[in-house]
Amino acid sequence: MSEEQNKPQENLPAVNPIELPIARKGMFGVKGTGDTSGYGGLVVRRPPKLSSPRPYGGPDRTGEPGEFDVIADELERALGDGFHDAVERVVVDRGELTFHVKRERLVEVMRHLRDDPALRFELSLGVSGVHYPHETGAELHAVYHLCSITHNRRLRIEVSCPDADPHIPSTVSVYPTHDWHERETYDFFGIIFDGHPALTRIEMPDDWEGHPQRKDYPLGGIPVEYRGASTPAPDQRRSYS
Amino acid sequence: MTALHDETTEGKVYTVNGQDWDELVKQISESSDRHLVVNMGPQHPSTHGVLRLVLTLDGETVVEARPVIGYLHTGIEKNMEYRTWTQGVTFVTRMDYLSPIFNETAYCLAVEKLLGITDRIPERAQVLRVLMMELNRISSHMVAIATFGMELGATSVMIYGFREREMVLDLFEYITGLRMNMAYVRPGGVSMDLPAGAVDKIGEFLKIMPKRVKDMRKVLDENPVYLRRTRDIAYLDLTGCMALGVTGPMLRAAGLPWDLRKAQPYCGYETYDFEVPTETGCDVYSRYLVRMAEVEESLKIIQQALDRLTGPELKGKPVMIEDKKIGWPSKLALGPDGLGNSPDHIAHIMGTSMEALIHHFKLVTEGFRVPAGQAYAAVESPRGELGAHVVSDGGTRPYRVHFRDPSFTNLQAIPATVEGGMVADVISAIASIDPVMGGVDR
Repeated sequence: MSEEQNKPQENLPAVNPIELPIARKGMFGVKGTGDTSGYGGLVVRRPPKLSSPRPYGGPDRTGEPGEFDVIADELERALGDGFHDAVERVVVDRGELTFHVKRERLVEVMRHLRDDPALRFELSLGVSGVHYPHETGAELHAVYHLCSITHNRRLRIEVSCPDADPHIPSTVSVYPTHDWHERETYDFFGIIFDGHPALTRIEMPDDWEGHPQRKDYPLGGIPVEYRGASTPAPDQRRSYS
Repeated sequence: MTALHDETTEGKVYTVNGQDWDELVKQISESSDRHLVVNMGPQHPSTHGVLRLVLTLDGETVVEARPVIGYLHTGIEKNMEYRTWTQGVTFVTRMDYLSPIFNETAYCLAVEKLLGITDRIPERAQVLRVLMMELNRISSHMVAIATFGMELGATSVMIYGFREREMVLDLFEYITGLRMNMAYVRPGGVSMDLPAGAVDKIGEFLKIMPKRVKDMRKVLDENPVYLRRTRDIAYLDLTGCMALGVTGPMLRAAGLPWDLRKAQPYCGYETYDFEVPTETGCDVYSRYLVRMAEVEESLKIIQQALDRLTGPELKGKPVMIEDKKIGWPSKLALGPDGLGNSPDHIAHIMGTSMEALIHHFKLVTEGFRVPAGQAYAAVESPRGELGAHVVSDGGTRPYRVHFRDPSFTNLQAIPATVEGGMVADVISAIASIDPVMGGVDR
């Protein structure tokens, strides 16, 4: 690795990159020789897990108490002593507030967020899944975006579960709109939302094997059949490099 | 599941293959079954694309409606993880194919948030985005109303709607080179400035369109047949909308003036003068009125955007971020063989500057890096809140992109709006949701 890559780069956070573990080397996954693309030296480093200190600020400012502190204070009041047990981490990044919530407490937290007059996140914008295979014990994440029309605020809730036990309690009872969103996240990531009224696949066919949006699921993944001929899946094809 | 795909485990099956209908009606009326399950779609002219509905009917009343989606799933979100950030635009534009500019803008706003360059986007690019979005809103609403008319049997409305939309598509073609899927909005700005003559063309459009909208309203607003088919149909009040996460014209037809352009402005919408139309009917007719009023408001915004583009402050200003590490290196230009890198740029990189060539090559093939993290950006699309949840691991390709498409969420309202109503009203209920299956399934 050259000197060049150790320097903090523009647009990247000011952390010493040496301390961060290497996530990926090279761009196209080319091994051995034959790589003439020039990307063999590309190194992607994994960001550290952040946890923001108080004050959290607001969407437009940091360093002084703002809207995000109000949300955190009100949730702390609503949850009482359970706040530090339920909320594992608070992250303020790029003008957005994220609560990392323990999955056992998710429904309770969501209910407070929706019903408490000072919080009142009445509109949920659904569930998005993210797969982090390197985060041992918390590989699968479900991300919820909430919006408070009353107070005109936004909030992100992130819940994780291990790949070995992919269960997260369903929040359909709090936000009925999560019905299809949780089905989609189940379909693509294999997260099982306990208590969902009918957790079935929604985009893929019912008899599909695997969960396509996971990082260990290759792009394509299945052979392409057309007029009797079969072309192997993209990751199974002959390689010339 | 032991039953084969064409077998059921209970009840009698009627296969309809264009035979004598009298015979079928006789058979059904003689049967002792109380309910009839009808499969509507996925190939049905009135379901707005490949949407399938499993309707349980008691006579002509819908007892249960189950929407089935996934027939247009294309794996765009997965594909984007294998392409650069800039190439992502080309994918997202194909999601909701009636409002490509909104998909692009939502995605680009999220990427710009991740890059931390939101404040550095040139003013002219922002105005162009607004201009294109509002043109797109008109074309999208016109299709909504046109297909709606067609599904109710009013083919003239369909002809009018598509004629009006064609004018917008012609403008898009003139400005970007493509009628649909233009990949016009890019991280950092827009792909190119308005070509010569575009301002005049948009001006012409602004002269013709208000009259066309008025004509359409004359046909529909007070039409007794239309009113019978739309008033008090598919009722969904504010509580229902909130619980189901319904946004956009459906929510505004329930009386809540929630519009992200006003509530959480982006691209400088706070500087434009426009109203958020609302209705209180909560029905199909109110949604139609909201859409029509929105078209009129969009025309106002387009006029304002056009005035700014031709004004002295923004004339000739850049439309792409100055940052050489993010902005596409070349200016695109229209040649005899289509749109491509401008001849000046080709001469520069091929003839005079080795460094420029390397830079061009790196940025075009490898792309720029985006600092690790996640961001959510939302825009008010013609169908409601279109959100992009974008995650980066610090690389040159997205780690995960998820689109919160309003059609997907709003479709969940089908059972709530049609159950207990007549089967004929299912059509107008779906049409008033205005789902685009490309956006639903992605």
